[in-house]
Amino acid sequence: MKFEYAPAPESTSIVNIKSKNDLFIDNEFISSKKGSRFITINPATEEVLAEITAATDDDVDLAVTAARKAFKSWAKLAGAERAKYLFRIARIIQDRAREIAVLETLNNGKPIRESRDVDIPLVAAHFFHYAGWADKLEYAGLGSNPKPHGVVGQIIPWNFPMLMLAWKIAPALAAGNTVVLKPAETTSLTALLFAEICQQADLPPGVVNIVTGAGDTGRAIVNHPDVNKIAFTGSTEVGRFIAQSIAGTKKKLTLELGGKAANIVFDDAPLDQTIEGIVNGIFFNQGHVCCAGSRLLVQESIHDELLSLLYQRLELLRVGDPLDKNTDVGAINSAAQLVKIQELAASGEAEGANRWSSSCQLPANGFWFPPTVFTNVSQSHRIAREEIFGPVLSVLTFRTPDEAIAKANNTPYGLSAGVWTEKGSRILEVTSKLKAGVVWANTFNKFDPTSPFGGYKESGYGREGGRQGLTAYLFAGENE
Amino acid sequence: MLNNVSQLPPSLTDVSNTNANLRAFLYGLSGVDQVGADARAAMLATRSIKTSAKLKAIDLAISMIDLTTLEGADTAGKVRALCAKARRPDANEASVPPVAAVCVYGDLANIAKSALIDTQIKVAAVATAFPSGRASLKVKLLDTQEAVANGADEIDMVIDRGAFLAGRYLDVFNEIVAIKNVCGSAHLKVILETGELKTYDNVKRASWLAMLAGADFIKTSTGKVQPAATLPVTLVMLHAIRDFDALTNMRIGMKPAGGIKTTKDAIKYLVLVNETLGEQWLTPKWFRLGASSLLNNLLMQRYRMQTGRYSGADYVTLD
Repeated sequence: MKFEYAPAPESTSIVNIKSKNDLFIDNEFISSKKGSRFITINPATEEVLAEITAATDDDVDLAVTAARKAFKSWAKLAGAERAKYLFRIARIIQDRAREIAVLETLNNGKPIRESRDVDIPLVAAHFFHYAGWADKLEYAGLGSNPKPHGVVGQIIPWNFPMLMLAWKIAPALAAGNTVVLKPAETTSLTALLFAEICQQADLPPGVVNIVTGAGDTGRAIVNHPDVNKIAFTGSTEVGRFIAQSIAGTKKKLTLELGGKAANIVFDDAPLDQTIEGIVNGIFFNQGHVCCAGSRLLVQESIHDELLSLLYQRLELLRVGDPLDKNTDVGAINSAAQLVKIQELAASGEAEGANRWSSSCQLPANGFWFPPTVFTNVSQSHRIAREEIFGPVLSVLTFRTPDEAIAKANNTPYGLSAGVWTEKGSRILEVTSKLKAGVVWANTFNKFDPTSPFGGYKESGYGREGGRQGLTAYLFAGENE
Repeated sequence: MLNNVSQLPPSLTDVSNTNANLRAFLYGLSGVDQVGADARAAMLATRSIKTSAKLKAIDLAISMIDLTTLEGADTAGKVRALCAKARRPDANEASVPPVAAVCVYGDLANIAKSALIDTQIKVAAVATAFPSGRASLKVKLLDTQEAVANGADEIDMVIDRGAFLAGRYLDVFNEIVAIKNVCGSAHLKVILETGELKTYDNVKRASWLAMLAGADFIKTSTGKVQPAATLPVTLVMLHAIRDFDALTNMRIGMKPAGGIKTTKDAIKYLVLVNETLGEQWLTPKWFRLGASSLLNNLLMQRYRMQTGRYSGADYVTLD
């Protein structure tokens, strides 16, 4: 019998989107004096959701000034007192989880199942984790008197808007810094909702400031003379530009950039779970994941069997309305990103790789790309070297463990990797030779606030999460 | 079409020549990562089945039930009451489909058979020293022959878990073959008792062993051992059925049994089948739910879906 799932859309009545949005500076929503507004849309429908302010240099200056003023008392506050605010924020996030998840899905295009079950629970977990650190900074490994940097400028991407905000703000605040954060221009709404949560938590004015806008706003933060540290997550291209901009200044910098992760499948892998790991590696969040397992390295002896299982599985992926609770793959976040994915996919075909795409029906409006697999890919193809940041998997083969390691490391990136084998000793051997910040064994794309995350080579420097992520917001002060 | 082992492809006919060959074959199957299998089953359990889809799923689930009584206290009267329930699950609502089968001990199969003689409902009988399976092959064969003679359309046998855990795979295999030989036209369901096999690797290997030996259905549990059916164990067995079908072109049925009590539970199993084997298995011919209290829960949910009101336990019959 055919078993069709009836539509199961999550209700949007829980969110209240303001039609015109201001900047959040010094605990108030204030309108920009000179800044213009731009629209933000739902990428699954292209429906306009709201107008967002493009913060100017003056607005950023105001935000940095507020953060500087707040820093003096925030850094002096006992760690246990800062922790109270962070715990409070974490609890409010849990209370309002459904609202945040729906808003995230509306503005980002990711399936509600992911924002509900992955993104927002992790956001709360990060605040809880770093709340616990706030009164234990002397155990961070930087001596008995670690100090916060001061005002931190944070620029985050559009793929995990709220989660990236949490990764940035939670450790910065726990360590005693104050922040000026800019969300990505296509996904500002949950950051503005977070601003409301800061008000609700009675966070002291100026500790968190949210300035919306595009590249110009980001540049104003990076170049502001009174910012002590920049933390950026995004493309390698912009990361390089930021590093150049602050070279020669005293500003500290952490960068979390692109990736082209190898997901290595040995012939003794647990096949059905490996299939799930491959799917989770590259089709989770439409492949808009910097640590996505975008290069599948499969041992030649099981290539055909694995691919046949993979194609069967991919035909089952439910692509469509991100608000439907049964959707597995949602919308591409923007028209610009869709063009980039299409362009790279076309290059794959032009360079001689074989393209397979799911036969799923794509909605008429919005930005969509079907789950796609390229086989017969070689290391020299663009789709094997460049980050696609979309639901496109490149499949390469190897014959021996050495070859797998060599091919996996043969990339300018080094953010993540995966290994699939039932043999424990091989896991230890291979993972120790992979030059990637995170290596997953028999799983993929699993995140936890206690685990540091970050890259090698062109994937950036610095770590987020865990004790290591905390130290990015501290320096060793003189011992008392 | 029954699983006819004589139609196995040549590559599989000699895997059961010796215990070493059989072991090599079973250990050559890819492993099952427990964390991953649990995660996949948990993800599928989040599928939201509402409105028209739920109503359809409820009727499908009812039609797949092996309505079961396996108590020491079972009597002819109890079995006849169960058969009446099987024919007409809801006294107030004729549109409810009958269940797939009634499952009883072999000595009561004749009672069930005569109570269901004019229906399509099958009589399933447990045999082979159910539930422990601790008896000689001679006893198990006799047990099975009696159940068949009493009119059982389906035999639910248990494997020798002791032999399996001791590595005597060929003994387990040969026993299934021997039982199959005395089943005649009755379908053979092979109960793995996954709660005693413990690891998913064991579940996968036992599934393959049973299918190679001629099982028409593989079944999780007797219901007498905890845990009985679980979603991840069922997922592992469904994957084995899918792979066996791909290799042999032979379709094997699946029956999770024990612990499936609510409509929500039942629908999760249907989702699992839907997203592994697909719609071809979504029929009572290839998928059964071994359960007793589940039926009334499905009836109450069905009533609520159709009227918008909850009914109480007093409005469904206890049989």
